[in-house]
Amino acid sequence: MSLTSTTADGTQIVTVNAERIDAAMAIQFKEDMRATTENGPERVILDLSEVKFIDSSGLGAIVAAMKQLGQGRKLDLAGLTPMVDKVFRLTRMDTVFDLYASLPDAQSANRLNS
Amino acid sequence: MAETFTCSFTATELDARSGIQTVLDRLRAMGVPEARADEVQIALTEAVNNVVEHAYAGMAVGDVNIDCSLDTDHLWVSIGDSGVPFKNNELPSGARQDLTVATEDLPEGGFGWLLIRELTSDVQYERSDSGNNLALRFELQARNAKPA
Repeated sequence: MSLTSTTADGTQIVTVNAERIDAAMAIQFKEDMRATTENGPERVILDLSEVKFIDSSGLGAIVAAMKQLGQGRKLDLAGLTPMVDKVFRLTRMDTVFDLYASLPDAQSANRLNS
Repeated sequence: MAETFTCSFTATELDARSGIQTVLDRLRAMGVPEARADEVQIALTEAVNNVVEHAYAGMAVGDVNIDCSLDTDHLWVSIGDSGVPFKNNELPSGARQDLTVATEDLPEGGFGWLLIRELTSDVQYERSDSGNNLALRFELQARNAKPA
């Protein structure tokens, strides 16, 4: 699992460099997210624009990644491709996360709120 | 007259991934519209994940046999395995879980059957001496003309 992390304007941006978050990589994703987001800023944006497919295991791993951030921190999702978007809506997980069409959208929401 | 094809692979995470891709490539070539093919991929992945994780749990890994039957207005995708039966010989309900809970209490699983139920118009399950057969039905209102 390859994740890239940058921090700008007090927000951590984690990009998933993979086409899938599925059963074969869900546990690795969760562990890599833990290592990457430990002791970071309050807001984390997960850039999913390269991810073309996610299954229920991958969805569970993203929920786990949010839970392990702990209190006072927030995981927002950006750049959902059509199949990923469909899985979030069908499971109503779109009511749990703030979803943004693109990374710039998510970043400008940050500036508006601050 | 329905068009049919079959595809078999070993019930491991990586073989399942490429096997499902083969099935989807074939369905798209047969004219299943892109949006519906995406939905078949999501539901089929969940059904096959269940075989990999549960049907062959604690025993020698066996095969997954996919059998597709495509008619003008619907598609049946059957998933066969020779593993253990579903608990109580019953399919999970796929009921929605409460998501209005504190973050630390959010469910991290149980979404697979919800996705299967949401994306299919019918689900049939048969247990025989040789194993499990799960059949998923998808409606195809707007099947594309087959590419020449």
